[in-house]
Amino acid sequence: MKRNNLTLWLAAIPVYAFLYIPLIVVVVYSFNDSRLNAEWVGFTLDWYYKLFNNGEMLLAARNSLIIAITASLLATVLGTMAGLAIHRYRLKVLPILAFTPIAMPEILLGVSLLLFFLQVLNLTLGMVSIIIAHTTFCIGFVAIIVRARLQGMDDSIFEAARDLGATPWQTFRLITLPLIMPAVAAGALMSFTLSIDDFVITFFTKGVGEPILPIQIYTMIKISVTPEVNAISTLLMLLTLALIILANRLDAGALRGE
Amino acid sequence: MNRLRLTRWLVSLPPTLFLLLFFVVPSLLMIVTSFRYPGEFGGLAPLSVPATGLAEEGSGLYGLTLETYRFFFSDILYAEIFLKSFAVATATTLICLVMAYPVAMLIARSAKKYRNLMVLLVVLPFASNFLIRIYAWMIILGPESTFSHLINSVLDVLGLEPVMLLFSPFAVLVGTVYVHLPFMILPLYTNLEKHDPVLLDAAQDLGANRWQRFWRVTWPQSLPGVFSGSALVFIPVLGMFAIPDILGGTGDILIGNLIKDQFLGTRDWPFGSTLSIMLTLAVLSVAGLATWFARSRTASSN
Repeated sequence: MKRNNLTLWLAAIPVYAFLYIPLIVVVVYSFNDSRLNAEWVGFTLDWYYKLFNNGEMLLAARNSLIIAITASLLATVLGTMAGLAIHRYRLKVLPILAFTPIAMPEILLGVSLLLFFLQVLNLTLGMVSIIIAHTTFCIGFVAIIVRARLQGMDDSIFEAARDLGATPWQTFRLITLPLIMPAVAAGALMSFTLSIDDFVITFFTKGVGEPILPIQIYTMIKISVTPEVNAISTLLMLLTLALIILANRLDAGALRGE
Repeated sequence: MNRLRLTRWLVSLPPTLFLLLFFVVPSLLMIVTSFRYPGEFGGLAPLSVPATGLAEEGSGLYGLTLETYRFFFSDILYAEIFLKSFAVATATTLICLVMAYPVAMLIARSAKKYRNLMVLLVVLPFASNFLIRIYAWMIILGPESTFSHLINSVLDVLGLEPVMLLFSPFAVLVGTVYVHLPFMILPLYTNLEKHDPVLLDAAQDLGANRWQRFWRVTWPQSLPGVFSGSALVFIPVLGMFAIPDILGGTGDILIGNLIKDQFLGTRDWPFGSTLSIMLTLAVLSVAGLATWFARSRTASSN
């Protein structure tokens, strides 16, 4: 058994290294005093100064924050409803509607929404279309987390509340919501992370107006690779890391399990 | 009773309506669009006979057609790109499987108190922005990078021509494997964690060596995890466009790139929709196959 584990360690350590080395390289070069991401020259914070003086980038960050906050709020409300409904009422259609957008390649949702916004709604693509698109794929994630929480609970407490004369609204406000709150919060944080990171669906529903963070990064990568990209990447990594730790503390089981 | 029914509607109706409007309707619209004619200047030709006066301006085409589907099947190029996408997805899935298995096995066999931490370490990099993870490989595989210099000096010693690592099919594979590896590790680990170690002890007592224990005890039991992990890797890779777009060369075009070009480049919406529907069909058949395999395995082992 011991020797077996040693072989596994020898095979697993390179995989862990493969997962982390690229991210470490990005962070290290964000402090490198050279335009080229090739060799270490010396320590600098120039790329961060440049970043904070880049008006377009700041505007993009602000827009992405607005989108992520709005979309995650919408998705949390609708996704919590969906999670509750799927758990309680043995629905046939809603689970398919909520979970299929997660399982399909993102490009399909992006393209069909692009057609829909332009043809049916005659909507000028921009912040509103991106918010709708992000909400659509985040609902399923919130529903999964909320449902997992409900599945781990004893349904008889809800029956007890009803037997004691609580209205459905009272039951929800006083019993259900406090109990599922960690899952709701974890779902909200996960939606926020998914929204602020999403590139593919944003790419198709963005239009030509306002700058958006992932699109801005994409353009920078395609045109010229400068360590400014490393700087924004490092900051985004810190943000996601903080959110994940927060979500994990809120609902230890919900993000990992089921 | 009425109140309960009202509650049921109040809770399930808003998400259902939202998803009907923004998921089902757009999907149906995509199907309809695939049967239409492209407009002369991008977009779509009118669905019904154009009003007089406008008719002369347009191409004169309107209504529904199977033209885009005929076009799809008439040019071998599209079949080739679909095949290439399947090949990339298959290669990515296999490489992910080989890399993920030892990690998942190690986590499953570690002491309980370390397991969550080891899983978190797998998930953490995958939580950073998708573009950043691809960008990282642009740096590592770039022509001036330490890694490129190392590879090329080895090739030089061997008397071979230097290679360009970035903008190649190799770079695309590295990117797809890197982005999707956690999707393979997690379901594998969830499966392996449930195995009863008593079975391995029994096999050992009966004289099975390590390889026999793996191939005849662990591997067959892990197949449901292998199938769900493979589906989680294969399906998104099949529709990928950003990784070939950023890490690949001009020739490394997959279905996703083709679809992107139809909507944002040449603006041929009907053909773009047809390609999207073909991709959907491919995804559905792969998902169906994976579910079927996983089910038949679970059924036969019970």
